[in-house]
Order: sequence, then structure tokens, then C-alpha cells
Amino acid sequence: MVTTSSSTEESAVAERDRTTDEVAAIGLARVVKSYRSGSETVRAVGGVDLEIARGEFFSLLGPSGCGKTTTMRMIAGFEEPTEGVVRLSGRDVTGVPANHRDVNMVFQSYALFPHMSVAANVAFGLERKRVPKAEVKSRVAAMLELVELGHRARHRPAQLSGGQQQRVALARALVNEPGALLLDEPLGALDLKLRQSMQVELKRIQREVGITFVYVTHDQGEALTMSDRVAVMNNGLVEQLGTPAEIYERPATRFVADFIGTSNLLTGTVAGSDTAGRHRIDLESGATALSTALPPGVATGSTVHLTVRPEKVRMGTEPPTAADAPDGPACSLRGTVTETVYMGASTHYQVALDGGVEISVFRQNSSDSTLVAERGAPVWVWWDPRHSYALPS
Amino acid sequence: MSAHLGTEAASGRGRTAPAAPARTVRPRRRIDWGRYYTWLVLAWLFTPILFMVAFSFNDPAGKHNITWQGFTFRWYANAFAHPTLNEAMFNSVSIALLSMVIAGVLGSLLGLALGRFSFRGKQLTNLVMFSAISAPEVVLGAALLSTFLMMNVTTGYWTTVIAHVMFCVSFVAITVRARVITLDPALEEAARDLGAGPFTTFRLVTLPMLFPAIMAGGLLAFALSIDDYIITTFVSGDVTTFPLWVWGSTRVGIPPQVNVMGTLLFGVGVLMAVVNVVMARRRS
Repeated sequence: MVTTSSSTEESAVAERDRTTDEVAAIGLARVVKSYRSGSETVRAVGGVDLEIARGEFFSLLGPSGCGKTTTMRMIAGFEEPTEGVVRLSGRDVTGVPANHRDVNMVFQSYALFPHMSVAANVAFGLERKRVPKAEVKSRVAAMLELVELGHRARHRPAQLSGGQQQRVALARALVNEPGALLLDEPLGALDLKLRQSMQVELKRIQREVGITFVYVTHDQGEALTMSDRVAVMNNGLVEQLGTPAEIYERPATRFVADFIGTSNLLTGTVAGSDTAGRHRIDLESGATALSTALPPGVATGSTVHLTVRPEKVRMGTEPPTAADAPDGPACSLRGTVTETVYMGASTHYQVALDGGVEISVFRQNSSDSTLVAERGAPVWVWWDPRHSYALPS
Repeated sequence: MSAHLGTEAASGRGRTAPAAPARTVRPRRRIDWGRYYTWLVLAWLFTPILFMVAFSFNDPAGKHNITWQGFTFRWYANAFAHPTLNEAMFNSVSIALLSMVIAGVLGSLLGLALGRFSFRGKQLTNLVMFSAISAPEVVLGAALLSTFLMMNVTTGYWTTVIAHVMFCVSFVAITVRARVITLDPALEEAARDLGAGPFTTFRLVTLPMLFPAIMAGGLLAFALSIDDYIITTFVSGDVTTFPLWVWGSTRVGIPPQVNVMGTLLFGVGVLMAVVNVVMARRRS
């Protein structure tokens, strides 16, 4: 697909010592970006290492100010790292200006040229590369077909709807067949329905063109549904790097557990391990819980946060029996239902545990008896030890 | 507005208490003050111009073209009968065009710098720019004259151009700066991202986006220059411009050709404004 000079460079590299697959499309090595703000220096990005594979849909996820946009702008060439190296297809591009980098960007504001037609916008990049006129025309037409805007080629951007402008911005970047496409919160300005259909659309286009996508977002749902891998960023650092399932199922830090989805956090002390390799954690409330995984460097006696997702928590009006938890429950805690919220497909409960901590419990409304317990009812909650993880405090 | 609310309130009451006798609400005539005010302002603006145009068709009895005598096209046929007036008009137009171009270029660059970058002395530049606009023209004119005298420059055509450029630059810069500030910086980044170097980016993206503001600033400079009297009297030496000629001829009676030229100038101005609107409409 990509037939620019970079692919010949790659094959040269491949012949030398490794296969093409091993050369990351994008590589960041100890990248730091700091700004001077008055007398103090602010670190926007504080040492990020990333390897993004060819053809991967990669998301940088985090709250605003976490450094995700700055990281992307350093890949695009709009910002130069204070320290560290940026590589594209194995080539060091640190210090190379944006117009000489084989990546293209879709801007949050779309940044379509308002004085040019849709077709002229899409042709802009190819014309800069001095692609022959006839080829420009056919490639622009083909790209506008891909984003289903062939009939809008002669219009001005201002005459299009938000979703259509978004697709023009995508086409304008993709038509150049870049080594990687950078998307800076591209769906942020769209309403919910359109955003959801564009998520599907983006994924389809990415599969069809096979180009590496780097996607910056603060929307965890977007990152989880579309990405092959996600880097969760906070305070200029990557907190966790992994597949959406890894990030969701095994959050590595308390920040990730909090930021992605809903988590119940119970504070306790590691009391010891049993023969099955499970760790006993004495909770603050006095109860005991079991966990299969302990973070590295956490020894017996240290304080940890035990995390368990609300949909993994089971609940009943009686203590769990052997049939309810064949491997034995990780714990069985007593509490009182303080709130029930009917959500259609599921019901959300807030349960105040004896000892003060409140946890969330999600139950699928799969049977006729939707409500397990009314508000104010005493309940028991438990979960499988494999579904709870201890995080360092 | 109030009448409208009144009917609604009445019908609302009718619904909640059907037993109450239906009240007939007499529709009150609304006086559209906004409309009258608009016409008043337009009349205020255009009456002098209408008089100027009308008196270019007047056939005055004596030297003074101040009372309506009769209709004639004579002055249009002899529009260029006063050689010194022609020369003054030519001076005014050429000085205005030069000021427009020079102040247009300098002011655009200044506006771009002030709107885009932060640099040492930016606030000072802003201050100087606004003081150039707000300073009384008499003071500026006198100061310029003493500057030229001190530097041993003979005042004339080019000192007038310099003076006009000086007071026009600020207007252009402010117009362009306002546009630069509202420009999305991502537009230029997008151009860079798509492979355009700094110069190509400026030519293909920045300049076309700023063009309406540059045009507006340039036309403003032209308009300010062509009818400037006060500063020009100080720095023009023995060069006469149109406003100076008109002022000089008041004692002996202003010939109707002045009205003719004024009308033509006004016509060109209207034409340019119309072209600008049409172009802007076609762009969007």
C-alpha cells in the first residue's frame, strides 16, 4: 500500500538484521517535553517509551493535561522533544520539521482550509509532493468515495455538516498514504450518535487501508472499543500499556483502575498467602479477602488497595453457598443496599459494607427477578478471587 | 411585543376559567422605532453626499455654487477644465494608492507579528500604534514638519507619502491583527503536516485567509489618505492635493468641477464596496 521511499528504506533495514514487522512504525525513546512557564519548568511529558507496530490501532488515553496531545504533536513534528528520540519506521526524525515527516494528522478542529473546495483540500498533500495532476485527481476521487463524500467534492467545507467535515479531514490525511495517521480527539466535536457511528467507520477505514493509527482521546469507551493497544497516560507518564482487555481486567495502578470504568477499591493489609498461591488481605473493616495477584515489590504487611469491577461482584440476601462459589469465595462481606438504579439491561446497586466502605454492584437483568434486593435490605457480597487485584497504595 | 403577550395572557386566562366573559383585546399598533431610527441615521449620513452629487449638476449664476439654479451636464463635459485641480486630483489619487500599497504591506506584516507572536516590545508597539491613531492630527503634522526640517528634507510629494503611510499603517495593522487572532493556528499546522514548507504555507493558507482583512485595511488607508487635509498641509511643501486645492479655492468660489470629482470618487468607492461584497459572497 505505502509505496514511498520509506518502504524501500525499511526493506534495506529488514535485509540487514530484522524483518519488516519488527521495525516499529513509531518509536519513542525516553521522550521528555518540558516548557518554561515563568520561572518554573513544567514537564508536559516526563519520559515516555513507546513502540507502535505497523498497522496497529493505538490509543493514547488520559485526562486533559496528561501529556497525550503533546506526545502526539512530537510524533507529528509540531513540538520538538526536550530529551529523547522520535523514530518513524526506524529512522530518527528528531528535529525533522513536520513537512518532512511521513505522518499525517487529523486535527480536533478538522483545520480544513475554508477557502478551498473539498477536493482541493484533499489534493493539498499530493500537490505538495508533486504527484502528476491526473493521478492526484483519481486518488482524490477514490479517497472521497472511501469516506462516502464523492458527491460533495466541489463544496466548500463550511457547506458540510460536522460529520462530513470530519470525514474530509480524514480523507485529506489518508490520501497521502502516510506511514502513520495521527488523530487528535477527532470525534470530540460530534454528538453521541454520530460519534458512535464514526467509531465503527474509523475502524472499518483503518482495516481497509491498513495504516497505523495513533488515536488521542480522553474517552475510555472510544479507546477500549477501537484500539488494538492502549497507553493510559497520567501526569506526563504512561501508567499502563496493553490491550483494552488487559487494561480493563488488570489495571496496573490505582489511577488506571479509577480512570477506566468503575472500580471498587478496598484498602487492606497483606496478611499472607495460602497453598493455592492466593494472598490473604485483611480489610480495614475487619473482614478478610483473597486475591490471586500481588503487585511486584509488595510484601506481607504492606498496605494495598484491593480492586474489583462492579460487574464481577456477586450479591445475595443469604451468605454464599458452595454452589454459589465452587472455589470458595474470595470473601463474603455483609452490607446494606443504599441505592438501586434500574439501567434497562442491568441494575446498579450501591452497597454500604459493614465498616463503612461503599461499593458498586452491577447485575445483568437476565432473569425475571430483576431486583435482588430492595433499598435498605441487608445483603452479602462476594467475588471470585481471580477477579480481584491488589494494587500498591 | 407587549400586545402579543397581552393576547396570550388573555387566552390563557380564558382556558383556565371558561366561565369568565371573553375579553376582546384591541390590537395595538406597534411603532417600529428601530426602523425609523435606521432611516434617520442613513439620512444623516447621506444628505451631505446627496447635496454634493446634486450640485455637480447645478448651473450656478455666479461664482458660488451654493444655490440651486438649474440642471446641466456642463461640468461633467468640462470636468477637467482646471489644470491645477487636475494636478491636485492626480497627486491625491497617486499618493493614496502609494499609501495604500506601502501601508498595506507594512501594516499587514505588523498585524501578523502582533497577532501571532509574542516578543520583547510587543506591548510598546501596540501602544505606539494606538497613540498614532489617537494623537491629534495637528500635533502629528507639526511634529512631522519639524522632523523633516531638522533632517533637512525638503517637503513635497514624497514627504506627504511618508506622512500618509505613517498614519495609515496603524489602521491596517489593527484590522489585520484582529483577523490573525481569530485564525485557527491548526490551519497552518495542517498545511505543514501535508508537506508545505513555511513559504508555501504562507502563500496558500495564511495569505488567502488574511486577504479580506488586508483588503479592508488597504481600502481604509486609501480613504484616509485621499481626504487628509491637516497633516498634508504641514508636510506637502508646494505640492497641492485635492483637499488642499478645494480649501484654497473657497475664497474665490469652489467650481462645480470639485463636486463632479467628488461624485466620481464617491462612485468609485461605492463600486469597490459592491465588488468587495459580491466577492465575499461568492467566497462563502
